[in-house]
Amino acid sequence: MRIVVVGGGMAGTIFANNVARRLTSELRSGKARLTMLTASDKHIYQPGWLYVALGRMTPDQLEREQASLLEPEIKLHVDPVKSFDLGAKHVVTASGKVHEYDILVIATGSRPAAEDVPGLKENSFHCYSAEDALKLYDRLSAFNGGRIVVTVGLPHKCPMIPLEITFTMHDYFRDRGLLDKTEFYYTYPIGRLHSLENVALWANGEFAERGIHQETFFNMKEVDGSKAVVRSEEGSEIAYDLLVSVPPHRGQKVIEENSLGANGWIPTDRHSLHMQGDHGDSVIVLGDTTNLPISKAGSTAHFEAEVAAENVATRVKIGREVRSYDGKVFCFIEAGKDRATYAMFNYQKPPQPRAPNAAMHAFKMAYNQLYWASVRGLL
Amino acid sequence: MELITAMKRAAVGDTLELLSSDQGSAKDVPEWVRKVGHEMERTEQDDAKVWHLFVKKAK
Repeated sequence: MRIVVVGGGMAGTIFANNVARRLTSELRSGKARLTMLTASDKHIYQPGWLYVALGRMTPDQLEREQASLLEPEIKLHVDPVKSFDLGAKHVVTASGKVHEYDILVIATGSRPAAEDVPGLKENSFHCYSAEDALKLYDRLSAFNGGRIVVTVGLPHKCPMIPLEITFTMHDYFRDRGLLDKTEFYYTYPIGRLHSLENVALWANGEFAERGIHQETFFNMKEVDGSKAVVRSEEGSEIAYDLLVSVPPHRGQKVIEENSLGANGWIPTDRHSLHMQGDHGDSVIVLGDTTNLPISKAGSTAHFEAEVAAENVATRVKIGREVRSYDGKVFCFIEAGKDRATYAMFNYQKPPQPRAPNAAMHAFKMAYNQLYWASVRGLL
Repeated sequence: MELITAMKRAAVGDTLELLSSDQGSAKDVPEWVRKVGHEMERTEQDDAKVWHLFVKKAK
């Protein structure tokens, strides 16, 4: 059985390590072969960029050599895929090498596409890369008061970041003694503060306590940097002194270029995680790359990867898949610099966030380190 | 949110059907459609309590 994993992010790496642990003897004997094709020799813990933006972590703390994270039976090639031939069951990489497979796992992730909103890239700050997070830190540390507007594009990676960046910035300016000179103005695309209803209800109370203004049904249409205003599809206009955005996201270009899914999202069965369509039996899609209407989050990628890994391992061992993904997601929600809560939910059960506390924040900070065990498939 | 994302990709005149088990959608979607200026064609709830909201892209 030749298993090829495209993508070395959270989903691809957890999947590959989990499979390697389940199929150690098969991989050593040559009965199975596990190959990872990725674009970078580095692995980044992306949730850490929030802390970089607040000056509480540095980018080097969020980075490891990809090879150091993988089980020894995994053949790693830093050689990204350029074309997919699902009918012939092979992929071709940038170097021109052809990799044939029996099972293909596509986990290429997503990318911010601020350019999809006119003026957004030039006039806003975000934390979706180490470089951008550092720019946001520089801007925040130079900011001495005024109106901070948070705007949210769709779809986006990490559903909690609009709330987290708002709460953590609020604490940041409280610590700097600038709260009385700083107005927070939060916008959101639908008619409440968050896509998950119970999270929105919880956030309402936090916003009221902190005096954070909110405008719902706000979908960015354009940003006019010369007038420092952001306009919405719904016809409203908000002036800003600092615009902090959650840019809309797209899947990777290689997915669009190979016509595997509109905007880079691949149509995927919500339970089996197989690609929909003619070639689905041999293609699994994980993490942000799916078109599933669930959170594009590391935790989603993690739980999907575990299900898929068990299924691929049982397919090798007993010729069938045994597990179904139930939509499980667990997201921490940083409610400031030293308090957090969480949202745990699946396709059937909505989250019930509790009052934030210091212990959950401490757990999140610990998880930021535990991630390196998690991605190896140890946790 | 899925509807908002899909609307951006749709052509003027297309009708999209949104399926949602979220009670809030039945209230929020018509409000959003009215604000943006699209057209709410109809809303139905099936036996499984799933809302079917039909929205026509008007601009």
